[in-house]
Amino acid sequence: MDLRLSSATATDAERSAVDALLGLPDTRWEGGDREDAADARIARTGAVQRARRTELLPVLHAVQKAIGWVSWGALNYVSLRLTVPPAEAYGVASFYAMLSTEPQAGRVIHVCDDVACRIAGAGAITDALRTQLGEHPSPSGACTFLDSPCLGLCERAPAVLVQRTGLDADLAIAPASPGHVPGLLAAGLSAPDYPEPVESIPQAAGPDRDKLRLLRRIGVVDPTSLAAYREAGGYAALDRAMDIGTQALRDEVTASKLMGRGGAAFPTGRKWSAVAEQSAQPHYLVCNADESEPGTFKDRVLMEGDPFALIEAMTIAAYATGCSYGYLYIRGEYPLATARLAAAIHQVREAGLLGGTDILGRGFCFDIELRRGAGAYICGEETALINSIEGFRGEPRNKPPFPVAVGLFAKPTVINNVETLLNVLDIVVDGGESYAAVGTPDSTGTKLFCLSGYVKMPGVYEVPFGATLRELLDLAGGITGSKRLQAIMLGGAAGTFVTEDALDTSLTFEGTREIGASLGSGVIFVLDDTVDLLDTLTRIAAFFRDESCGQCVPCRVGTVRQEEALVRLGRPSANGARGDDKALLADLAGVMSNASICGLGHTAATALSSALKAGLLDNAFQRADAVRTGAAGAKSATTSAEEER
Amino acid sequence: MTAGTRASKESVDGPANQDEGALQSGHRGRPSSGVESTAVRGASRRRLPIIASISRLIDVEIDGKTVRAPEGSTILDACAGLGVDTPTLCYSESLAPVNACRVCVVEVEGSRVLVPACSRRVEKGMVVSTDSDRVRHSRRMVLELLGSSVDMSLAGPDVARWNEVYEVDAQRYGPPAPASAAGERDRRRPGHHEAPDGLTAANVAQPVKIDDELYIRDYSRCILCYKCTQACGEDAQNTFAISVAGRGFDATIATEYDAPLTDSACVYCGNCIGVCPTGALMPKSEYDMRQDGTWDESKQTTTRTVCTFCGVGCNLDLHVQDNKIVRVDSPKDHDVTHGNLCIKGRFGYSHVHPAFPGD
Repeated sequence: MDLRLSSATATDAERSAVDALLGLPDTRWEGGDREDAADARIARTGAVQRARRTELLPVLHAVQKAIGWVSWGALNYVSLRLTVPPAEAYGVASFYAMLSTEPQAGRVIHVCDDVACRIAGAGAITDALRTQLGEHPSPSGACTFLDSPCLGLCERAPAVLVQRTGLDADLAIAPASPGHVPGLLAAGLSAPDYPEPVESIPQAAGPDRDKLRLLRRIGVVDPTSLAAYREAGGYAALDRAMDIGTQALRDEVTASKLMGRGGAAFPTGRKWSAVAEQSAQPHYLVCNADESEPGTFKDRVLMEGDPFALIEAMTIAAYATGCSYGYLYIRGEYPLATARLAAAIHQVREAGLLGGTDILGRGFCFDIELRRGAGAYICGEETALINSIEGFRGEPRNKPPFPVAVGLFAKPTVINNVETLLNVLDIVVDGGESYAAVGTPDSTGTKLFCLSGYVKMPGVYEVPFGATLRELLDLAGGITGSKRLQAIMLGGAAGTFVTEDALDTSLTFEGTREIGASLGSGVIFVLDDTVDLLDTLTRIAAFFRDESCGQCVPCRVGTVRQEEALVRLGRPSANGARGDDKALLADLAGVMSNASICGLGHTAATALSSALKAGLLDNAFQRADAVRTGAAGAKSATTSAEEER
Repeated sequence: MTAGTRASKESVDGPANQDEGALQSGHRGRPSSGVESTAVRGASRRRLPIIASISRLIDVEIDGKTVRAPEGSTILDACAGLGVDTPTLCYSESLAPVNACRVCVVEVEGSRVLVPACSRRVEKGMVVSTDSDRVRHSRRMVLELLGSSVDMSLAGPDVARWNEVYEVDAQRYGPPAPASAAGERDRRRPGHHEAPDGLTAANVAQPVKIDDELYIRDYSRCILCYKCTQACGEDAQNTFAISVAGRGFDATIATEYDAPLTDSACVYCGNCIGVCPTGALMPKSEYDMRQDGTWDESKQTTTRTVCTFCGVGCNLDLHVQDNKIVRVDSPKDHDVTHGNLCIKGRFGYSHVHPAFPGD
């Protein structure tokens, strides 16, 4: 590709940041010196050069980290190194919230103001930061702050993420308070002692400890030591998987009736078989750890507390489906999970259980590359994630073709969620039939739920499928706050709001479907009757407006119109009539769910529709109207008083 | 994202039941053969071979009528064969379908969501409805959403007709918000926006970008159909001077850092102008005449001729008003150029005109 670059050049620091990742350029075609005469006769082009594009997001991350923003000169150098047209590289850089294409302060404090954090006092943190830094902090200052969508720390809300330039690692603080602000702005900000993940699992301290399956190693086995993991039985599952062979392995997973835990609930066995049967080579494995659904943090706890298990499970999945390379795509806002996984992958590779070696002496090679997202909810959609890994904008692809046939680099690709993969370990050790005996006939095994909001003990809970919402609430110690339930957000921001009468719903794929809801990513976000639900829903509407990739019209414009209409609904109305805007919202829900490209658009109206349908906003509307009547009354009194005068 | 897409049990079996809405674990059913060449953005997207292989005819039911369509053709092709008027905006016969506008959606039996006719291949036994309530509703809404956020006044007679057919009311979203300042939309940060007040409808209105004397970019008219980026990129010119930048409603078509075209990789082939469906990209000559109020298509003739600059043999459509060339296009169905030209063919015509008035 014949790149045409502008005259902007990278600084030495920017070049070093790129070269630290890619190595020094060896020709001028890649930005090296122009002195080598041979260069004039050699063209570095073609498929080999274009294939380097997959490094684009990691390199942009590296520049952002080292410099604090991606300048035009840096972008030109990145383009040259990877043979990506600068306009397209800019299209990618400007897609992600954690990358900046304008100069900004070296320390960015992302304050989560999403549904769970905003009812836990996130606003006070932002206010304190605003007092210190002003509304629009200078780009040349040391610190700035931004509101952030859910940071996945809901059990310890409110949360902040500090994105730091230079050698210091990003860090997350939860629970945070205005009292943290001076420290957040201080020069010598040191990494916090992260609470151990087991503290996010209230069951681990209670009588249910022995019933835990997916969570059983967390808090018991050192997550930083492969030796500890193997001592606790780690890698026995991979050993057995290789004993029984790929076909029998897939049969076990099919027999287990394991369904995907990421939200779409597709049978894992069928997905694996579909990929294994593809003749195109190579096959790729992708672990979707881009957990960004508001209210979800289960995958974070798993990755922080049991990283080796995920690596073993990925290796088993790769063995079953004939993959020799896998990507673990983790969201960019998880510093501790990322560090633990990176360290774990390194240890496993050193031990010869990953990499170009003969794993367990069975003639199988597999390696994992850890990839970080950069602040884009949409990249949790599987085809958007694939585009993101390839170095394109994280826009979902149209399906069909499905990733099992045409996925990463146009090759057959298995994509599984973290929780889904971890289930495979027990399926392999205990057998599919035995796994399927737990839960209900159609929803087998155990399920992780993320409880947050007004419950006594927020955290990740593991129960066999079939437990009811009420049982989950009891496990979590019941409702706090006013102790009167207003609503539960079930499944995430893309899920539904349910009320008291749904408490005895069995939390299974089929049980939630019966009441028109879904398990989604296992979110149970509890709101007592003091919470302003209109505010919660307005945040959700803003979330989808922000996180839409912008590719298709129904979602790109529909999410904007939905937010506008909701704001109007919350206004005082002349006569209590809100018919037009309700009809408009119903129309928007229709086109978004029917005609959008991907699941983000399909579900962007679900939460709002369910709340309106259940009449959950009626009180808020009445309050708004009462304000108007009150104001009008006061005004007319003043007028008559003036007239009297 | 791990959003809650519901898997309905009934829709997971059978080749006609592919559901494009699934997330995360989201494939359902087996993809049929021959689907690899449909629009997949990224490394895997390639255009169809120009010389198609001999294909079988398969029976498809559209609105109750059975139609025989070649295997590998799209629902849109099959609809055209039946004379069904399918609205399209981002579709062009000369580009790989990106199915981004969603105005061509149809209902396919067994699919939970509507499917884009422009890119979905016909399958044996497929049952398609093009005029169901769901289809009409989605088409109306797509046209309304665009009509309320984009200046569609130059989108042509087809769009005006569809607006009538689908009873589009773009006014019901409120009065338009004031236009953005120059460059403001190009600097918005992904994932952040000002909360709306609900009093006005957000839109993409902004000043026209004029970087040179050859063409202008009026992004108030841009529906983000991706056609210009495709024409600039791998579907035609392979220049890649522009790309979609930003995210969501704040996404724009842009050069890197919103550089003026003259500082970008643009080679002024103008192939983006040739595919723009809404007049957002326009030769400066046409723009100036429209501004002056002298552009009058009723006074124009179109003459097809062959470009004289080189030996390739591109066809030109010369639009002539008052004995002056006012715009040059190339026919999309021409088998040499498929609507594409170079800077000389598209803009190099001033030598035809007298250099001085009165010459």
